[in-house]
Amino acid sequence: MRVGVLALQGDFREHAGLLTRMGHTPVLIRRTEELDGIDALVIPGGESTTIGKLADRYGLLEPLRAVIGNGLPTLGTCAGLIFLAAGTTGPTQVQLGVLDVVVERNAFGRQVDSFESELDVAGFAEPLHAVFIRAPIVEKVGGDVEVLAAVDGDPVMVRQGHIVATSFHPELLGETRVHELMLGS
Amino acid sequence: MDKGTDRVKRGLAEMLKGGVIMDVVTADQARIAEEAGAVAVMALERVPADIRADGGVARMSDPGMIEQIQGAVTIPVMAKARIGHFVEAQVLQSLGVDYVDESEVLTPADEEHHIDKWAFTVPFVCGARNLGEALRRIGEGAAMIRTKGEAGTGDVVEAVRHFRTIDGEIKRLTSMKHEELMSTARDLGAPFDLVQEVAETGALPVVNFAAGGIATPADAALMMQLGVDGVFVGSGIFKSGDPAARAKAIVEATTYYEDPSIIAKVSRDLGEPMVGIGVSDLDESERLAGRGW
Repeated sequence: MRVGVLALQGDFREHAGLLTRMGHTPVLIRRTEELDGIDALVIPGGESTTIGKLADRYGLLEPLRAVIGNGLPTLGTCAGLIFLAAGTTGPTQVQLGVLDVVVERNAFGRQVDSFESELDVAGFAEPLHAVFIRAPIVEKVGGDVEVLAAVDGDPVMVRQGHIVATSFHPELLGETRVHELMLGS
Repeated sequence: MDKGTDRVKRGLAEMLKGGVIMDVVTADQARIAEEAGAVAVMALERVPADIRADGGVARMSDPGMIEQIQGAVTIPVMAKARIGHFVEAQVLQSLGVDYVDESEVLTPADEEHHIDKWAFTVPFVCGARNLGEALRRIGEGAAMIRTKGEAGTGDVVEAVRHFRTIDGEIKRLTSMKHEELMSTARDLGAPFDLVQEVAETGALPVVNFAAGGIATPADAALMMQLGVDGVFVGSGIFKSGDPAARAKAIVEATTYYEDPSIIAKVSRDLGEPMVGIGVSDLDESERLAGRGW
C-alpha cells in the first residue's frame, strides 16, 4: 500500500522506515497534491503546534479534513493524536477536528516525567511496550470512539472507525501492530 | 513506569526533528517563537551575540526568568548550564526544564570534565566539532548532539565545517575493517563500543542538530540539505530587524528545505539580518567552539 506520512515536522522518517519494513511504500506529504493516490495516512509525533501552523499556512487543513472525512485509514501518534482531535483542555491551537475527542496536552507533566511501560491494548494478544514523551491523554471521548488502552484510567489509545490514535510512539520501537490495525480498518 | 531512560531522553529529540529551536530571553520572545512555529525555546539571559559583546562570566539564567518562560508557552523549554557545572544542571532539572544544553556559549566551570549526564533524569544536548567529541559527549550520557558552530556571529561557516567533519568521519568508519576500529577509537578519543556502533549503523545513535551562526532561512535550509536533523537559531532571530517574520521564515525554510522557490518566497522583506562577525576575523581566544574538548 502507498501510505502517506505527513512530513511537516517530527519523527516522520521513523514512521516511513517502519512502513517500508512492513512492505509498504511510504510517501512523504508536504503539499496538497502529494495526497493524491495514497491508501492510508500517518500523522507522526512532533510538536503539535508547529505541525498545525505549517499545515494551516500551506493550505493542507481542508484537503486533510476531506481525505480523512472520506474514510482514508489514518493513524496519529502523540502530536498526531492532538492534531486529529476536536479540541484541547489548554490554549486554542490549529486542529483537524476529525476525531471526536478532547485531549489534555503534556498530561503526565514535563520531560522529566516522560516514561516507558508495558501497556495492555484491547484486541492485542500480547502487551505492547509504549514510550510516552511529554504525552497527551484523551480527556473527553465522543460517542463513536472506542478506548483501546488506558494508563491509570486515562485513555491513551482510541479508535473511531478508520481513525486510530495513540499518545505513545509505536514507531520508535519498531512496533508494527498499531500500524497493522489502522491499515486493516 | 521507567522515567529518564535512554529511549525517553533520546525520544524527545526525535520529536524535535525537522524543527527550529530558538533562543529567547523573555516570555514575550518565547510567545513570538511559539507563534512562529518553533518546536522548542532555549531560555537564556543574553543571546550569544550579547554575551560576546558584554564579555565577563556567562552563567545559568535566573530561575525566575526560566519559570516565566515555562509559563508562557506549551512547547518544550530548554536552558543552558556551564560545561562541567553539574549543580547548575541539578537546578535546571529541579525547575523541570525539558532539555539541558551543556553549552560552550557560557563560561566553562570545569576545563577537564564535562557533566556526568547519566546521573540525571532530564536529557542533555551537547555541542561537538567532530565525531570524537560527539561520541565522548554521548559516552557521558548526552541524548542529543548539535554542531558547535560559532555562536553569536551570524556566520554559518563553522556549523558547516563541524557537520561536514562529523559526516565525513562517520562515512570513513563505515568503510573500515573491524580490526581498524580500535586504533580509530584511540585516534578519535572516543569510546570503542560507540565507534563500533557508528561503524555498523552509519549514523550517530542520537539526533544531530545544527547550531552556531545560522541567521537566514537559506542558512537553515543549507544545514538541512547537508543532512542535519533540525536547527538551533540563537542570536539570528531576536537580534534581527523583524524577529517575528524572520522566525516564521526560518521555520518554513526548515520544513521546505528542498524547495528553493519556497525559500525564495519566505526570504523576501525580512528586514535587516543580525549584524554579523566573520569568524575569520575572530582571534583564537574569542572563539567559543574551543571551549570543552
